[in-house]
Amino acid sequence: MQRDLDWKPLLLVPALAALALPLVGSSSTWLTLTVAGLAMGMIIFIIASGLTLVFGLMDVLNFGHGVFIALGAFVATSVLGGMSDWTASEQLWRNLVAVFSAMLVAMAVAGAVGLAFERCIVRPVYGQHLKQILITMGGMIIGEELIKVIWGPQQIPLPMPQALRGALPLGDASIEKYRLLAVAVGLVVFAALAWTLSRTKIGLLVRAGVQDREMVESLGYRIRRLFVGVFAVGSALAGLGGVMWGLYQQNVVPQMGAQVNVLIFIVIIIGGLGSTGGALIGALLVGLMANYTGFLLPKLALFSNIALMVAILLWRPQGVYPVAQR
Amino acid sequence: MNTLGRILSNDWPRSRLLAVLLLALLGALALAPFLFPGVKALNVAAKILVFIVLAASFDLLLGYTGIVSFAHTMFFGIGAYGVAIASTRMGGGWAALGVGLSLALLLSLVLALAIGLFSLRVRAIFFAMITLAVAAAFQTLASQLSDFTGGEDGLTFKVPAVLSPAFEWAEEPFLGVSLDGRLLCYYLLFVLTVVLLAALLRIVNSPFGRVLQAIRENEFRAEAIGYRVVVYRTTSSVLSALFACVAGAMLALWLRYNGPDTSLSFEVMMDVLLIVVIGGMGTLYGAAIGAVLFVLAQSYLQDLLRLGSDAAAGWPWLAALLSPDRWLLWLGLLFVLSVYYFPTGVVGRLRSPRTRSGPHTPT
Repeated sequence: MQRDLDWKPLLLVPALAALALPLVGSSSTWLTLTVAGLAMGMIIFIIASGLTLVFGLMDVLNFGHGVFIALGAFVATSVLGGMSDWTASEQLWRNLVAVFSAMLVAMAVAGAVGLAFERCIVRPVYGQHLKQILITMGGMIIGEELIKVIWGPQQIPLPMPQALRGALPLGDASIEKYRLLAVAVGLVVFAALAWTLSRTKIGLLVRAGVQDREMVESLGYRIRRLFVGVFAVGSALAGLGGVMWGLYQQNVVPQMGAQVNVLIFIVIIIGGLGSTGGALIGALLVGLMANYTGFLLPKLALFSNIALMVAILLWRPQGVYPVAQR
Repeated sequence: MNTLGRILSNDWPRSRLLAVLLLALLGALALAPFLFPGVKALNVAAKILVFIVLAASFDLLLGYTGIVSFAHTMFFGIGAYGVAIASTRMGGGWAALGVGLSLALLLSLVLALAIGLFSLRVRAIFFAMITLAVAAAFQTLASQLSDFTGGEDGLTFKVPAVLSPAFEWAEEPFLGVSLDGRLLCYYLLFVLTVVLLAALLRIVNSPFGRVLQAIRENEFRAEAIGYRVVVYRTTSSVLSALFACVAGAMLALWLRYNGPDTSLSFEVMMDVLLIVVIGGMGTLYGAAIGAVLFVLAQSYLQDLLRLGSDAAAGWPWLAALLSPDRWLLWLGLLFVLSVYYFPTGVVGRLRSPRTRSGPHTPT
């Protein structure tokens, strides 16, 4: 998305994977972990992309983003629970129909709630960072409690559809089918996002708005309306990510939003606030790192991501792709 | 007046009603064991003392410096765990308390310094996100290192014999209250709270505190005048971490127990945010007033919710909303509404009843 492609950050992902190979030891385990890490990274990217664009456009840091993740996942439990004869079927296409309809419903619900969230929670505090952090955090708490009221506070299992279970053997390594699906969906979302941002007029305006909001406004475009759209799309993407995260973990808890929130903050800081390309690299790095350390040093998994962020910030204090003018 | 002024660092309440409230609060807390007999009332009073220190130290960061930290309970927890772990390992004694608290203070200092230097160097908004991540990681770590921290169950330990309920230093009850170690422990907390609050007042009213407020109002201008914004912000976050650590030690001393839910959980963080916002950001008196209101509400409002939930048993939806487990929902709503409509908090309102403008929030 930049004219002079800054290639150094792109090398980080393969570098991290290569570095982990001797530490993990066996190459089949390494392959399994790498695919798992990439799948997790793609899911995190889907969630984080909306957040980073919202920040880039309007300087709004939404601490309540996590609530849309949980919302999407809980909607998916209801939809998939209602389509149990479709998910229990052995046929792949029937499973996929069930999963995709769950994704669509979750995206619609999360997008609609996102619109309401923007209207009631975020709009009154534009331009006031301190209040934004406090208010969106409050919104997060309220949302989480409402989810508990609707679906109950307990953990709900979200079983994988029949044909998506199990793994494909690839040499010595085995690769879970669902992870391949996650990578595929992630790539589709990334392609759609990249195409919209770089090839359509709306994308042009969004990118211009991230770079210099006032200039776009002075040219006569209503950036606020654009922003509302980006906010809704970002929430919908978080809902989609929530469905995928829930299926990945195979169960959902109301607190999952807060848990994933921590990961996506690390991702967008690594990527540079406002940069989609940076968010992709950050997400892949975090996904890989989480899986490698989960295997090597399970107790330090969360700290490894913080260490990764610190290392990146020492190298580029504004994130790997700093957004201009900030 | 002069001595009092010096104790308060010439930061007068500046409102007659507020002054009366504060005096009443001081009196009530000083005489709590005699005025409100009973175990629950004394526990509530002790909790108020701890939360006054905790909220006041958070206000140094949120209200005076204008940065949001979500790791404040981490330092609170470090203080509590410091005392708990040392007392479990070394047996309950003053030496254990001293060692535990000093190690906890040292750890808080190092952690706060590291977090501050890393995140405040770039942009204050990073601070909020990074503290959230570090606090989450720390909480996970604390429950995983169960050999050391007791895991989810926490640690129950002995305090110095003088402070334990079994120690009676007078045969006869005085005014109907038995003079035991529990009473001594309460007054130890009370004295500590007063001293720490006076120290915090000294800090925020010093030239250093003025610089913090200048940074809060206009970071760019403060930097242009020649103040190193990073240094001031980091110092403020370190100081606030140290005070929170002492507050944690006070809590552990009173409860003779510490676990992840009592001191590290995100709910405690939410409580502190609410206390500071409701009481009034940017005034330490606000933290005191907020802590009292909040702890009283927390201790007695849940009973009220239970009544409401029972009354609404006919409508399952309403009953679910009013269930005492959903107490955080109402807290969150209260929090959002008070940030919107009540940005200067109780103290801000008392000081300027007509105008609604308060301290500027940084942009």
